Amino acid sequence: MEIDDDLLANSDAGTEDDDEFVELAPEQTSAMDGMDPEEFPYDVLALEQVVTLMVDIIKEVRNVVEIPATTTRILLNHFKWDKEKLIETYYESDPDRIFADAHLISPSRKVAIACSKREIKPRYSVKENGEYVCEICYASVPEQLMSGLECGHRFCISCWTHYLTTKIMDEGMGQTISCAAHNCDILVDDETVMKLLSDSHVKLKYQHLITNSFVECNRLLRWCPTPDCGHVIKGQYVSDKPVTCRCGHTFCFACGQNWHDPVKCSILRKWIKKCDDDSETSNWIAANTKECPKCRSIIEKDGGCNHMVCKKCRFDFCWVCLGPWEPHGSSWYNCNRYDEDEAKRARSAQEKSRAALQRYLFYCNRYMNHMQSLKLENKLYASVRDKMEEMQKHNMSWIEVQFLKKAVDVLCQCRQTLMHTYVFAFYLRKNNQSIIFETNQRDLEQATEQLSEYLEREITQEVLRDIKQKVQDKSRYCESRRNVLLKHVHEGYENELWEYLDNI
Amino acid sequence: MAGGLPRRIIKETQRLMAEPVPGIKAVPDEGNARYFHVIVEGPAESPFEGGTFKLELFLPEEYPMSAPKVRFMTKIYHPNIDKLGRICLDILKDKWSPALQIRTVLLSIQALLSAPNPDDPLENDVAEQWKVNEAQAIATAKQWTKMYATRG
Ligand SMILES: [Zn+2]
Ligand SMILES: [Zn+2]
Ligand SMILES: [Zn+2]
Ligand SMILES: [Zn+2]
Ligand SMILES: [Zn+2]
Ligand SMILES: [Zn+2]
Repeated sequence: MEIDDDLLANSDAGTEDDDEFVELAPEQTSAMDGMDPEEFPYDVLALEQVVTLMVDIIKEVRNVVEIPATTTRILLNHFKWDKEKLIETYYESDPDRIFADAHLISPSRKVAIACSKREIKPRYSVKENGEYVCEICYASVPEQLMSGLECGHRFCISCWTHYLTTKIMDEGMGQTISCAAHNCDILVDDETVMKLLSDSHVKLKYQHLITNSFVECNRLLRWCPTPDCGHVIKGQYVSDKPVTCRCGHTFCFACGQNWHDPVKCSILRKWIKKCDDDSETSNWIAANTKECPKCRSIIEKDGGCNHMVCKKCRFDFCWVCLGPWEPHGSSWYNCNRYDEDEAKRARSAQEKSRAALQRYLFYCNRYMNHMQSLKLENKLYASVRDKMEEMQKHNMSWIEVQFLKKAVDVLCQCRQTLMHTYVFAFYLRKNNQSIIFETNQRDLEQATEQLSEYLEREITQEVLRDIKQKVQDKSRYCESRRNVLLKHVHEGYENELWEYLDNI
Repeated sequence: MAGGLPRRIIKETQRLMAEPVPGIKAVPDEGNARYFHVIVEGPAESPFEGGTFKLELFLPEEYPMSAPKVRFMTKIYHPNIDKLGRICLDILKDKWSPALQIRTVLLSIQALLSAPNPDDPLENDVAEQWKVNEAQAIATAKQWTKMYATRG
């Protein structure tokens, strides 16, 4: 796992490799191409920086209350990392009460217990030849290989390591690991944990566990949702703005979902819940095979492009609506607009619920479809990379061929936007503005499908120099259509032009 | 760890055989050194007196980092033991420590038979009965002991 190693080795993660001419990882700097007039200020923190931030707060509090660091950390957690509140409560009420509430032994009492216990009973057995017997593995080991906490319980280092690893990896414990002895409440402090662990994965997981609640409790911090990424975004205030992690993932700072402009966080949350509740339908829609509407042979979708050509009967059709492709390229394209007529005619309850389902299926189908295409565009990055290499062999410079990668970036951004326009539209009540919105959506979708087709099919046939102009023109057009659509929706938000259907 | 049995398990088994816990017999299975056939005698002055209870005890791969798995094979009327013989005992769950042993686990189970704890129930109906009408619950426990845990 490269990211993990980078984190621990403290290497310069994020700098680009000079030999890598065709860098296809998404851009690391630009968020969503500067759509917003004011930039949203945020930092990307590596795990160590989060730990440092946390340690600084702990230090600050310790300067005032003078208790051990691990105890302070747990206490701060108890107070949701509100240090002022902790300090205030600490001095205004009984500290012992606070410790009890946080399930901690007061540090002063802890020392007392440890001393008294040690006097009553030796906490480890001594062998005749001067070696100790570890009560966990029963091995006899020299003194320097035994370890323990202030309670006096001692076990061999390898058992300690094994014990901590089990607690961290199997039980997901990090906040409060106590001594390995039975009925001993003394907590293993962070420093001891780090000293006794050697495996970098376990160390990382421990750091993650102890920083997790710090991050989760803090409104200005958010984990990057990419699995195993471990970076944290630190915003200067809470806002539904796109942030891009060092791993390249762009997501919404307010809700953590993939960047979802133009739809609002709350509406998206509602939609995702609806899709989850209806996962059978969603899975069915997201399936990768369909029948050719003409000859019924099975067609598999292996790219993002929705213009399908049946290999058997050569029928051109649209993957989304299964209608003939021809009108999709013209002005009477209507694939994005739901026909409300049938719903209006519905009289009986049964007809109404059927119409409601039809309507949901219409939007869900298109949402899922762009999502699916977006996933499949990853393949496109690979084929475009081959093409770029080929072009470089034909005397085009590295900088001259970058337009291709840029075009795939634009394609992905458009699909991501389109995907969320269907969520927006699903909840939208029809009015004059919604009709303009649907027209914008149609134009963007049409242009996006054309760009998709260029990149997926025609690129392999055309003369190298000729395609450049075509692809560039089309991707610039897509970008402008996307901007028009987003700007219109944003203005609608500002002027409160959008009305939502609340009965769905 | 394939094949090799950790020193810890070998030593524990040896000691368990050499100095058995009074009222408890634990014998490793011939085919599997991690599986023990256990017989616990019902403690004196408890509703389980006179009964012999069969249990199974298994040491998982992670033992002693994870607790042994123990289950009653003989039917028993007890608020902390369910129909399937599973036992509600803190040291078998979150209070497990690798410094505990098979011996301490068996002793704790014996203690649980002497002092049922209806406030931390596993079998709700039984616990309810134990709280509402203890005399009746004890009578039932005795009856079950006679029915299921007495040989001949
Ligand atoms: Zn040991
Ligand atoms: Zn201890
Ligand atoms: Zn990330
Ligand atoms: Zn959001
Ligand atoms: Zn066909
Ligand atoms: Zn269509």
